Amino acid sequence: MIYDIEYETMPREALEAIQFRRLKATIERGYASVPFYRQQFEAAGITPGDVQSLQDLSQLPFTTKQDLRDNYPFGMFAVPMENVVRIHASSGTTGQPTVVGYTARDVDTWAGLMARSLMAGGATRGDMIHNAYGYGLFTGGLGAHYGAEKLGASVIPVSGGNTKRQVVIMKDFGPTILTATPSYALHLAEVAEEMGVSFRDLKFKYGVFGAEPWSESMREEIEAKLGLVAVDIYGLSEVIGPGVAMECYEAKQGLHIFEDHFIPEIINPETGEVLPDGETGELVFTSITKEAFPVIRYRTRDITSLNPQPCICGRTMVRMSKVSGRSDDMLIIRGVNVFPSQIESVLMEMQNVEPHYQLVVDREGSLDTLTVMVEVSEAMFSDEVKSLQNMEKAITKNIKDYLGVSAQVKLVEPKAIARSQGKAVRVIDNRKI
Amino acid sequence: MRAEQISVFLENKTGRLCEVTGILAENNVNIRALALADTSDFGVLRLIVDDTEKAKDVLKQAGFTVGKTDVLAVEVPDRPGGLHAILDLLQTSRINVEYMYAFVQQSGNNAVMIFRFDNTDEALKVIQEKGMRVIDGQTLYGM
Repeated sequence: MIYDIEYETMPREALEAIQFRRLKATIERGYASVPFYRQQFEAAGITPGDVQSLQDLSQLPFTTKQDLRDNYPFGMFAVPMENVVRIHASSGTTGQPTVVGYTARDVDTWAGLMARSLMAGGATRGDMIHNAYGYGLFTGGLGAHYGAEKLGASVIPVSGGNTKRQVVIMKDFGPTILTATPSYALHLAEVAEEMGVSFRDLKFKYGVFGAEPWSESMREEIEAKLGLVAVDIYGLSEVIGPGVAMECYEAKQGLHIFEDHFIPEIINPETGEVLPDGETGELVFTSITKEAFPVIRYRTRDITSLNPQPCICGRTMVRMSKVSGRSDDMLIIRGVNVFPSQIESVLMEMQNVEPHYQLVVDREGSLDTLTVMVEVSEAMFSDEVKSLQNMEKAITKNIKDYLGVSAQVKLVEPKAIARSQGKAVRVIDNRKI
Repeated sequence: MRAEQISVFLENKTGRLCEVTGILAENNVNIRALALADTSDFGVLRLIVDDTEKAKDVLKQAGFTVGKTDVLAVEVPDRPGGLHAILDLLQTSRINVEYMYAFVQQSGNNAVMIFRFDNTDEALKVIQEKGMRVIDGQTLYGM
């Protein structure tokens, strides 16, 4: 079913007319209200008036995650704080997450997009949604929650963690839609099985999974183990949160981007050149309806391609393929974004610890594990085992405190970390995604 | 009156200990006493050798993380209750033993124990006050 028939099935020509009108307004507002955008435009010798067609978008400068960090915390906001009703933040380096804001209208826009997404994923008014995305600064929990309410479904705001209690709730309440990260969904199934509860006996029909990359084979595994139809949702807090793009359960072939709110482009990550439809490259978004936090040509670093072919579900909106990788070194571990540089700065801030490290990511059962190997320098070495173990504990704690991810810290001998051509290999990802 | 001990960080991997003994053998360093403390991931090897500086240098050159610590070598009467008398004394004086291990050679009729204290100065004072014999480093390395 389609939540917003008028927009989601709009003929391309009409859609593009709306996009252009909204793009112009966004650019004018960004230029007038956000000093960063004005400087970017001036440096490139462009004024808002130069944008005279949708194609002219490709002439505008990019915005990167570093730009957002440089303007921490509120420098990218285009409205005064009195008009901001919500603030979210994504994990960042020590004390420097990416902060995003929403006006009341933005929150409503977002709820509408999530209502569209949930319905594209099989949910209707009569459904009960078990929302196991984390609530808090992370956009997943509240994003899905508002969408579920907008749709008129009954939402259980169970959030992440406390898995055994979640199984009891699933058994007793009988929710029909599951929203979670795909790895947590599999973890739920494992814990349920340990408790003697079979997902097949539960009432789930559809699952809306996202916030981390997952493969077709993982979809098959989830569908087999959980006895539901698994669909993919995409979003990022910088653009709005979940609900930027959503797979339809009818086709399960690519995620429809809600183009009446976001204009996607695919670029060559090396040159910045825009690539034609069908080619694989880095996904770039321009928001065209957001008030508090507009983004102009924001580089997501996600690698995908766009497919403009009509879809059997009736939506006219372009589809992006499942994200296949990153054009930077970001890792997603149990839904948490982790950059190796963040681990490095945690280590640098600790006395005596040298930033010779390596991250090893594995998937044990269905959950991702992060092991941080740290080379033992002379300064941190001790003949007493307990002081070395205390060091391991302190590093684990700091990583948890700053990044919000649980890591196992392992001390290793110097030079134990493989160096290729003098450059240390920082990440070994053993997950098969 | 102190003796020097070197300690080496080792990953729990096959052959690491052998690597250390091999390097020492090649460089003609004699191991006088040794103890290994381990966890599931790593171990700390403690050594008393006849040439501390040389051992430290060659192991560092081979890429090991090496530390140097002061320890006390205490003569312990080789009879029932010999070790207990010393530990009892230390406990009464509230001196904490971080770890200890036995030296290979006897000193006359006495055994020799290597002690690592959290407060070496205080420990030395207490032990000597009670008339127990502490063997200095130079004597120990040549025993």
